Amino acid sequence: MVHEWALAEAIVKRLEEVAREAPVSSAVIAVGELQGVDIEILTFALNELKKSTKLESSLLLIEKEPAELECSTCEYRWEFGSSGLSEEEREAIHYVPELAHAFIRCPRCGSPDFRIVRGRGVWIKDVKLGG
Amino acid sequence: MDPRAAIVDERLKGVARVVLVCSGKGGVGKSLVASLSSLLAAREGLRVGLLDIDFHGPSCHTILGASGVKPVEERGLTPPVVAGVKLMSLNFFAEGQPLPLRGEEVTDALLELLAVTIWGNLDVLFIDSPPGTGEEVLDTLRLTKRAEALVVTTPSRLSLATVSRLVKLLRELRTPVLGLVENFGYGSDAVRRSAEEWGVRYLGWLPYYPELEEVIGQPDKLVRTPVALHLREALRAAQLI
Repeated sequence: MVHEWALAEAIVKRLEEVAREAPVSSAVIAVGELQGVDIEILTFALNELKKSTKLESSLLLIEKEPAELECSTCEYRWEFGSSGLSEEEREAIHYVPELAHAFIRCPRCGSPDFRIVRGRGVWIKDVKLGG
Repeated sequence: MDPRAAIVDERLKGVARVVLVCSGKGGVGKSLVASLSSLLAAREGLRVGLLDIDFHGPSCHTILGASGVKPVEERGLTPPVVAGVKLMSLNFFAEGQPLPLRGEEVTDALLELLAVTIWGNLDVLFIDSPPGTGEEVLDTLRLTKRAEALVVTTPSRLSLATVSRLVKLLRELRTPVLGLVENFGYGSDAVRRSAEEWGVRYLGWLPYYPELEEVIGQPDKLVRTPVALHLREALRAAQLI
């Protein structure tokens, strides 16, 4: 899966926008479990893409976040895990996490109407500015 | 901080025009107009993309007859080419399963698709929208920044009342309106008069053609139907082909 490069590109682009205002000393990139992002590839891609940009010396830290889902029908909350999903289903969710609705059902009542409470995808959780 | 919006411009930088096919009303033929416009533009030698953002009821893949194809992952997702059109749809992954997305999730799914789809160089990207003026329409206009609207209606007063609200909304959002396409036309001048009243260009009408159903999924036959002949004229009037 090399879709991580597309995500890394978006992260670098957004941080470069921040760096135009003030130097970025470090940033924390949160990676939600649901999207199944390969941390190793993402880290490699970030380090490659930040070369010869204003982020060259910025420290980019990655933090994993477990995914939690909540049923909108019966309010049951559960940890995502990835058990029970086929390779193909996990791959689909990897591309667009909302596709979880096509493959996952509430373990208690079977409803496909649930919300992703946390751990959806990739976002920039914190940015520290300064030289 | 969401990193995805920052990359949308980059993903669309090789796309000359973004055309949102919209109506506000359901069942007026938006998907058919979007899909057939894509096919006709591709046959004119244009480089064409088609993005289906009707997540709850995608149908462009059915109209184009896309089967056995999927986007390819290569530093993003490259859409498969179906009948000369680069097609992106969540249905490639959901494969007929219902997708009960709520508001914010619709925005997330759309943003994700716009952030990771590698369109390359296109003369035109058609976007097929669902009924209504919810997240799909508003977010497409917000995120692409330069979409033009191709508005579809039927001669029914029910459709025209809704489309009139859509046209007002597009004005307020400063979205250029390419014009109005009348589907299921039967010779009434209601749509033409409405277009004049709203200050929108009337691009032409598409006839009701019962045999169309039989050629859904067969691009070579679709482009030879009377509907396609009329739509070609409408697209010419809009200077899209």
